Amino acid sequence: MTATTTAPMAATPERTRGTPNARLRAWATRAPLLPALIFMIVVTQLPFVATLVISFFDWNSLYPDARAFAGLANYGEVLTDPDLRRSVWTTILLTVAVVLASLVLGLVLALLLDRRFRGRGIVRTLLIAPFLVVPVAAALLWKHVLYNPEYGLFNGLLHYVGGPQPDWISDAPLLAVEASLVWQWTPFMMLILLAGLQSRDHQQIEAARVDGASDWQIFRHLTLPHLRRYLELGALLGSIYIVQNFDAVFTITSGGLGTANLPYTVYQTFYQAHEHGLASAAGVLVVIGSIIIATFALRVVSSLFREEVSRG
Amino acid sequence: MSDATTDMPDTRTVARGTTADTRPARSHRARGAGLGVAAWLLGLLFFLPIAWMVLTSLHSEPDAATNPPSWAASLTLDGYREFFGVGGGASPWPALINSTVASLASTLLVLLLAFPAAYALSIRPVKKWTDVLFFFLSTKMLPVVAGLLPLYLFAKNTGLLDNIWLLVLLYTSMNLPIAVWMMRSFLAEVPVAVIEAAQLDGARLPTVLARVVAPIAAPGIAATALICFIFSWNELLFARVLTGVVAETAPVFLTGFITSQGLFLAKVCAASLVISLPVLAAGFAAQDKLVQGLSLGAVK
Repeated sequence: MTATTTAPMAATPERTRGTPNARLRAWATRAPLLPALIFMIVVTQLPFVATLVISFFDWNSLYPDARAFAGLANYGEVLTDPDLRRSVWTTILLTVAVVLASLVLGLVLALLLDRRFRGRGIVRTLLIAPFLVVPVAAALLWKHVLYNPEYGLFNGLLHYVGGPQPDWISDAPLLAVEASLVWQWTPFMMLILLAGLQSRDHQQIEAARVDGASDWQIFRHLTLPHLRRYLELGALLGSIYIVQNFDAVFTITSGGLGTANLPYTVYQTFYQAHEHGLASAAGVLVVIGSIIIATFALRVVSSLFREEVSRG
Repeated sequence: MSDATTDMPDTRTVARGTTADTRPARSHRARGAGLGVAAWLLGLLFFLPIAWMVLTSLHSEPDAATNPPSWAASLTLDGYREFFGVGGGASPWPALINSTVASLASTLLVLLLAFPAAYALSIRPVKKWTDVLFFFLSTKMLPVVAGLLPLYLFAKNTGLLDNIWLLVLLYTSMNLPIAVWMMRSFLAEVPVAVIEAAQLDGARLPTVLARVVAPIAAPGIAATALICFIFSWNELLFARVLTGVVAETAPVFLTGFITSQGLFLAKVCAASLVISLPVLAAGFAAQDKLVQGLSLGAVK
């Protein structure tokens, strides 16, 4: 790889004939960037363009001869088919619930961990651990070890207090998936918010305290405004990952009982039902949803980023 | 870890010694201790499922599948033996090796591509470098499902289905934007004077990158590598669709347990723990840089 990046550099002196030096130097500066840039364009943009094209075709791979241009018919079907429409709704519900719950929990944990107390490092490590379990493994843990109605930990603990013995996944399938995801994503939110808390201006807080401000006033008028952009960043990055969630839905319910979100539906539509056109249209809709979130995300990241650049 | 455990925020107020200050300071301290206990309780609560998974993995299958749970059952490594296929059953080794190869190779490729790019975007910025940086970021926001079908068709038609090297390329594209962003912020901290001095001595770009920039930015590069490794190791959707028998990765191997019933509870736990072990190790090692990587370098 280094060879490809250096080749244009080494070649520059010989190619000076007739071309202005400045342009060559500009290319020489760009050269180290090009391999990464070209790689990204080829591997991510080309397949998406192909998805876009396929989404306009009526194409089931079991009937390759019946392939035909279908215009917007696939989009119409995705938006009117009750199952597919339900998966759009499920995606929104799942994403909003998980992001909000993990953000609130993450905030509470970050505020607690921002204080000094005995063993803070250990507690921090314990809290990060759920985020570091392989997602499929975490989903298996919730499905079999915690939720199982016969020998799961939850019903085991309920047994001691003589509580009911619900079948968690059958009784509240979407909630079951959400709970496992909140468990995995709370540490992520906590880490971002903790970084935000630690970048506060402590002199300002001292000054407010000397002036007689209560803890709540300090939190409400100093900490929360400062954390706003970190909360936004956590929410938006969390959304981008959770909108795309496949592992938990696939593992815990296999998309059953009304938990199929768009990524799972796309997977199933093309992998099991072989409906290429339909799957692509659903895929394009996921992209449109992501673009809406991403536009906000990019704005937040760029405002944080501009701050950094102007500081440097 | 590196905490000063005795320091209280109020020490200064108390030291000033006015009687008016003492009472609020004392109640403040009591509440501080209470909040410390609350943090401990929540920390343990969040860790409980993992602790329970460890305990279950060390029980025999009958002891693992009881209600109420058996806390005091004798410990055994049978779950782990079962997982490694000692008593028959599919061996996880091919999947573990595939995951190792895919994760390490793609991490290496990411570093080779991202390092020069980060250099061009930080130390010697090209024109419109912020636009380029944001292009990288925007690709990260393109959902995996957006290109999955064409990639599948491509793999099928070129015979690359069930080939670990296709995964290597895809994992590289998945992690390259994060790596570029992270490394850019690490390279920005390398003093320009050092680089200029090396160039005055006649060093060419590759030499400068390898001998001057890389050693200074080494800790940041290592953290970047660990995070890329974690993401590749965890990935399921690409692996599930594009691999089969030969190139199956560890998460795909785990999906074999999705429908398994109580008979294999200890084995499921052992499998989950063994497969999570590299990620847990890499994650704890990169703890401090984890946020920066996951937030695409936006938060330090």
